[in-house]
Amino acid sequence: MNVVVVGCGRVGARLANTLDQSGHSVSIVDLQPSAFRRLSQDFSGQTVIGTGIDEDVLKAAGIEEADAFIAVTNGDNTNIMAAQIAQVVFNVPHVTARIYDPVREDTYRRMGINTICPTTTIASLIMSTIFST
Amino acid sequence: MYLIVVGGGKVGYYLTKTLVNEGYEVLLIEKNQSKVDTYTERFGAIVMNGDGAEAATLAAAGAGRADVVVAVTGDDEDNLVICQMAKQRFHVKRTIARVNNPKNEELFRKLGIDVTVNHTNVILSLIEQQIPDRHFVHLLALKHAELEVVEASVSPDSPIAGQAVNDIRFPPETNIIALLRHGELIIPSGQTRVEAGDDVIAVTRLRSEAALRQLIVNE
Repeated sequence: MNVVVVGCGRVGARLANTLDQSGHSVSIVDLQPSAFRRLSQDFSGQTVIGTGIDEDVLKAAGIEEADAFIAVTNGDNTNIMAAQIAQVVFNVPHVTARIYDPVREDTYRRMGINTICPTTTIASLIMSTIFST
Repeated sequence: MYLIVVGGGKVGYYLTKTLVNEGYEVLLIEKNQSKVDTYTERFGAIVMNGDGAEAATLAAAGAGRADVVVAVTGDDEDNLVICQMAKQRFHVKRTIARVNNPKNEELFRKLGIDVTVNHTNVILSLIEQQIPDRHFVHLLALKHAELEVVEASVSPDSPIAGQAVNDIRFPPETNIIALLRHGELIIPSGQTRVEAGDDVIAVTRLRSEAALRQLIVNE
């Protein structure tokens, strides 16, 4: 699969490393060149410096041939806009955005975007560890 | 009419100030508390501290009864989400977003924003109007209607110089709406002759623009 990841933080880098190791073609975008230090030494994918909400940057990252697009920067709004560009402009088949704010996550899920909300997910995981004993 | 302005930079500040002077009911939402304090001293209690992309902030601002939400922060992604949240959760009828990257104008419209304002394009078109060698200038574009208003100067070797409006074979869905001759405005009839040196103001469909340019400027 061709995968574009926007945001090379802990989650983005881990995703990129894992996908790369399992043989997928990965391209990862981040504004800060220093963010790419989180990638493993033998990462064989492409790194692109720029913002994930600029169509030209996304094209340089190969979004036109992408099968999957994942937006995991530290900004909810950046992830939301990047995901909508991937979905509406480039028709990427699988698009996922991380959104921390549960209300915003709910809004965009209803609008047809595949969303993940760490806030509610982690809170419910913690709840289940408390009440599972 | 109740308007909510999000983003207290220079654009948001002067917009709020002007709207207040015009007598509108306005609320300005700004993230930075020290700016909120300064603006409150100037405007009174119509400035609110908060993140305009958060539903709780919009709810507290009374977005449910707002006629217009205007997002004018310096970040396109924030302006997009502010407008979409206002529309989706509070059913605000009209949303206006400031767009910093000109390429985002079309995207924002596709994503349901009613009006976009792009200062880069505004300044560009003002510059285009001032450059003497430009023979064909965009004055106004209504992209919803695919309609454009353009201004073109008629050179002596232009194919339409000396022709009556009725005899000019315009591309489809195109009309001359005004002529400027030595600074005088002429609203043309069919018999009016276009002269070399005239500035022609025409309305056209986007897809006929190239043919119109060819006809007048003969580039």
